[in-house]
Amino acid sequence: MKDYLILMAGMGLVTFLPRWFPLFFLSNREIPKLLIEWLDLIPAAILSALLIPALVVGGEPKVMAFKPELLASIPTFLFALKTKSLGGTVVVGMALYWLIGKGHLPFFGL
Amino acid sequence: MRQNNDITIGASAAWPICLGYIPIGLAFGVLARKAGLTPLQIGMMSVFVFAGSSQFIAVSMLADGVSAIAIILTTFMVNLRHLLMSSSLAVFFKGEDRKKLSLFAYGVTDESFAVNLARLRDGEWNLNRSLVVNQMANAAWLASTVIGGFGGQFIPEKAFGIDYALIAMFICLLVFQFRGRRYVITAMIAGILAVIFSLLIPGNSYIILASVIAATIGLIFRKYLT
Repeated sequence: MKDYLILMAGMGLVTFLPRWFPLFFLSNREIPKLLIEWLDLIPAAILSALLIPALVVGGEPKVMAFKPELLASIPTFLFALKTKSLGGTVVVGMALYWLIGKGHLPFFGL
Repeated sequence: MRQNNDITIGASAAWPICLGYIPIGLAFGVLARKAGLTPLQIGMMSVFVFAGSSQFIAVSMLADGVSAIAIILTTFMVNLRHLLMSSSLAVFFKGEDRKKLSLFAYGVTDESFAVNLARLRDGEWNLNRSLVVNQMANAAWLASTVIGGFGGQFIPEKAFGIDYALIAMFICLLVFQFRGRRYVITAMIAGILAVIFSLLIPGNSYIILASVIAATIGLIFRKYLT
């Protein structure tokens, strides 16, 4: 248990520091305009970098694959574009994914 | 009264994250238990670390008998992407109380980052509400991982498509980012690069690499993209 506590402290520290450093040091000073413009593009980039591989890459070792996640993402995306509702998109996405998993969408040939 | 208000409003923004954490948290608890951790140890990791993917990796490394130093270094690499997220968030918290910011920093995850950022951009959002989102997500994560550790194997998998909750959330949050051509193009570049890099590079450093390159390209060509 002592070893485990040390491991937790180490893992906790290296996780916390990158989360903490910019918030602590950037929030109290002038940020150069160019950096602000760059940071302004980061969320779109990072969300896409998190999302797209989850839709089209799978397996170990990783390969590109046609996944039900991708199939469900198209109507989910259109719903999100149309409604801009976060909660609604989550519920609709889950329902679509569930139906695809159950094979209830013969239209898609599944 | 205002404080109460922030809690209610923050909580109403946090529920998609909490819902999405349930299946992942349960799965983590089950796996961690199989790897020999007690529910107490599982709960400790969810409190100390609070970072889903690195917790999964740490548990499989523990099961393989890997050294603590190697696990800690891997955790650092896996979670380094939050440096970028916290930098983006910092822009909105100019001059805020640093103690509160430090507490907020603890709860910066992919999911809370994305939800808070979308709201901060809309205006009507503040540090208190952001803090509530982070803490709610943390509570849901802690609870579901510990419950998974006690008996997650009895809960049916893939119920109601709940495995898709976080993906659906990210789809919508990405749509919120589409505020102009340069954001759409930056996202497209990032997505393509992320797929390519994820196939070529082991681990998850593809997220940082693809985001940094895409945002830099977006910045260089911003004149042509507006």
